[in-house]
Amino acid sequence: MNEASRREDKIPVVQMLVVGFIASAIGIAAGLAIEWFPEAASTQAGPIDHLYDVLIWTSVPVFVLVTTIVLFSVIKFRMRPGEENLDGPPIHGNTRLEVIWTAIPAVILVVLCAYAWIVLVDIEEAKANEMRVNVTGQQFAWTFEYPQSDGKPIKSTQLYLPKDRPVRFFVKAVDVLHDFWVPAFRMKIDAVPGIETKYRVTPTRLGTYPVVCAELCGLGHSVMRATTRVVTPAEFDKWIAEQKAPAQAAGGSGATAEADGKTLFTDGNGAATACGACHTLADAGTTSETGPELDKALAGKDAAYIEEGIVAPEKEIAPGFQGGIMPKNYGDTLSAEELKALVTYLGEVAGK
Amino acid sequence: MVAKFRGPGMYRAAWGTVLGVVVSYAIIGIFRTWYDLDETFKGYAVLELALFLAPIGFLIGLGAFDYWFRWASGRPTVPDDHSSHGAHSWRDYFKVNTDHKVIGIQYVVTSFFFFFVGGLFAMLMRAELAQPGRQFVDANTFNGLFSVHASLLIFLFIIPVFAGLANFVLPLMIGAPDMAFPRLNALSFWMLPLAGIMMLLSFVAPGGSFASGWTAYAPLSVTAPEGQVFFTIGVQFAGASSIATALNFLVTIITMRAPGMSFFRMPLLVWANFSTSLLVVIATPFIAVSQFMVFFDRSLGFNFFEPTGGGDVLMYQHIFWFYSHPAVYIMMLPGFGIISEILAVKSRKPIFGYRMMAFSLLAIVVLGFTVWAHHMFVSGMQDWIRIPMMITTAIIAVPTGIKIFSWLATLWRGVLHLDTPMLFALGFLTMFTLGGISGVLLAIIPVTIHVSDTYFIVAHIHYVLFGGSLFTIFAGVYYWFPKMTGRMYDERLGKFHFWTTFIFFNATFGPMHVIGIQGMPRRVADFAEQWAGWNLAISIMSFFLGLSALVFAYNMIASWRGGPRAESNPWRALTLEWQVSSPPPIFNFDAIPTVVGGPYEYGVPGAVHGVLKGAEIPQPAGATAASGTSHGSGSSHKDEGG
Repeated sequence: MNEASRREDKIPVVQMLVVGFIASAIGIAAGLAIEWFPEAASTQAGPIDHLYDVLIWTSVPVFVLVTTIVLFSVIKFRMRPGEENLDGPPIHGNTRLEVIWTAIPAVILVVLCAYAWIVLVDIEEAKANEMRVNVTGQQFAWTFEYPQSDGKPIKSTQLYLPKDRPVRFFVKAVDVLHDFWVPAFRMKIDAVPGIETKYRVTPTRLGTYPVVCAELCGLGHSVMRATTRVVTPAEFDKWIAEQKAPAQAAGGSGATAEADGKTLFTDGNGAATACGACHTLADAGTTSETGPELDKALAGKDAAYIEEGIVAPEKEIAPGFQGGIMPKNYGDTLSAEELKALVTYLGEVAGK
Repeated sequence: MVAKFRGPGMYRAAWGTVLGVVVSYAIIGIFRTWYDLDETFKGYAVLELALFLAPIGFLIGLGAFDYWFRWASGRPTVPDDHSSHGAHSWRDYFKVNTDHKVIGIQYVVTSFFFFFVGGLFAMLMRAELAQPGRQFVDANTFNGLFSVHASLLIFLFIIPVFAGLANFVLPLMIGAPDMAFPRLNALSFWMLPLAGIMMLLSFVAPGGSFASGWTAYAPLSVTAPEGQVFFTIGVQFAGASSIATALNFLVTIITMRAPGMSFFRMPLLVWANFSTSLLVVIATPFIAVSQFMVFFDRSLGFNFFEPTGGGDVLMYQHIFWFYSHPAVYIMMLPGFGIISEILAVKSRKPIFGYRMMAFSLLAIVVLGFTVWAHHMFVSGMQDWIRIPMMITTAIIAVPTGIKIFSWLATLWRGVLHLDTPMLFALGFLTMFTLGGISGVLLAIIPVTIHVSDTYFIVAHIHYVLFGGSLFTIFAGVYYWFPKMTGRMYDERLGKFHFWTTFIFFNATFGPMHVIGIQGMPRRVADFAEQWAGWNLAISIMSFFLGLSALVFAYNMIASWRGGPRAESNPWRALTLEWQVSSPPPIFNFDAIPTVVGGPYEYGVPGAVHGVLKGAEIPQPAGATAASGTSHGSGSSHKDEGG
């Protein structure tokens, strides 16, 4: 029971400090070296990624501190043979220490919060010359709407944005909660039935980036994706012009109904999601298994059946599949000609 | 035979259940005929009523209400002769038993059953997620798996297993013969398996199990197939059980402490359960309400969450999180208590800063109610509320930090016994610190905007609930195993269990931080090709993690059946539960003990926490092993009433 003899050894504070310092340095270096974030494509990404780096700088030493003390205690103070009945010194507390480890974390946290507040104000700040885009989420598709000063808004299932132009999204939901998230922009917000939610970004990098639904919305949640295309302002204006005159754009002189239908099937039309994203069709070379394989499901069916399957997908659900996944809006997003072309195409390659 | 069906027990419970279903048919039939509706016995209407009435029929049949019914109807009550105290065979665990030690074991075993079921669901999910695309289960089943996984592990494992451990040791620790309301205690337990079975039964419902997550966000939960009501109603039973137990703990702690046990002489486990019970009693009604509102929307056409009918979708989230954020502390504070017990005993030192440890628990209780909307930073709620919620969320790390640092100071210069409970306690210290750090990151709004609803959240919550709560549960189960079963567990298997759990836990959940920030959303059955490698690695590691749980199961079962007999105080602890035999005598103490000092006076020469009157004066090194084990010590004990 002689605890004095055992406790005489020097407590290795210097050693701990050195180990802790080296471990923190390695931890911080690793934390900064890891490519945490996806590519940054908006002015919002910079401040957020930087804030994250600051959090790495602060949190690694905290973790190292706790781990170092635990490990040194285990090595230094573990029970050794012959100490089975030994007790430690009866230390009940130390007010000064307790004040220190209450106050220092509180100060660090308040400073971090203040910094975060500054970043938040920064990334949500209104900019001059903002473009408005209305975003609508529904099971399980996104629709993007560009209001036009001269009449009908342009609708699209792909998000086109001009580089360096501030944009403000006005987000709505038709049925249940969704969440409009472009990881490359770092911003997200829920699409909430009954209210309109908003956020701003300024795209800074050309390229295509995924749009992700981040809020569980039902069976097709994991396939509720779209594409963001950040293009040059000139390309954007050209795209807007094309959308305003869909007849010329989609037509293409001399194109057969089959060619049209196939393009619609694999690429969609900008407003309607491509069928091939979910359905397998040998002729179109698509292989997704989210929906029924059309070579089998449509074999021997007539045009009326195929058309109903497109505009009213809930009427008949293929065995082995669940209803409620295929968007119900193809009747709106496809023009009459496009629908006809698609039905004809599917009738020729799968329905025969 | 007739007596079997008339007396309380499983037979009567079976026909009580059937009667509940029959009454549901009758009520629905009468009302639908009355209102001249087609389909007299409409399927979903009967089902939803039966989900309430069948469990109540079961409980009445089992005998959970017998005493109260007799008393209420003016008939002579059957005085409790304690014949139902203690458990003499495994059958006694399937009865309404009012002994807190039996109930404690019922709780722990039941919740570990659901732990293994919930873990199995996680294994199925990881099998599906090992590769991109669809392999084993369809989208609906997958959504069902993660919803039931979370619901079972939260409502049927972590919350009740803490209640179970405390049920067993808390009355012993405060020197009480039992809980304040033994019959309510029995009822609390028996509601629990009903909730769990209901959630599991949802898989056979038309349209599959509930699949809108354990959060059951409206309007998805309002429009979901019928499996959803198995959650909506199941939660009511789990919640009622939890509230009743918390009330029981509060009354027990406030009124039944042994003479001399002032609040500041209570072991910290008692403080932790006192704080937890305050949270449960105040917060749990909110989740009950949120699910009742979903139920009314679904079944009776109300419009709480239907915007076209004047409802408000965000209201659901506010009510839900007003419970479910405090619930995170309900799932953590009892673990803090367990760690305080183990670290003091296994370091052979008093807990450092005892009063601050107690006050920090209360600070967490208060602050815990001021942070709920940090779950809603991207929900579209009003902007201004985010800043105050960020600050309170960050500040709640201060009392938590006080606890971490005080535990570290308790280790310092102690004599550390590195056996299984201690290893899990130290594992908890480091892993929970990581979970706490990612928690602070999630308070920081600009970061949260990017990472909310991603795998980063999945990683964070598992570092808190697995690396945090589950490690404390393992620590507590190993620590009190000798007291609860009277047997010692296998130390080598225990250590093997710790190291495999520790390593594969980190290998499973650590990488999820990375893929989350890279942009992989949570709750998806399918994911982009770029995360295929990470997910395969995570899945393989998770299977090893699953296997490590089997080591634990084997150790517990084998040791309970044939482990060496445990002495009364194998850890040389000072708290009262270790001063009686292992397992404790039926009525705990021959006479109520007197508390004369603090609970953690290790290293203080001659320090005593409590004196067992009528028994031998306790020696520090467990000399009381021989006091009555199971029979005949009840004569001096008075009826604890109902």
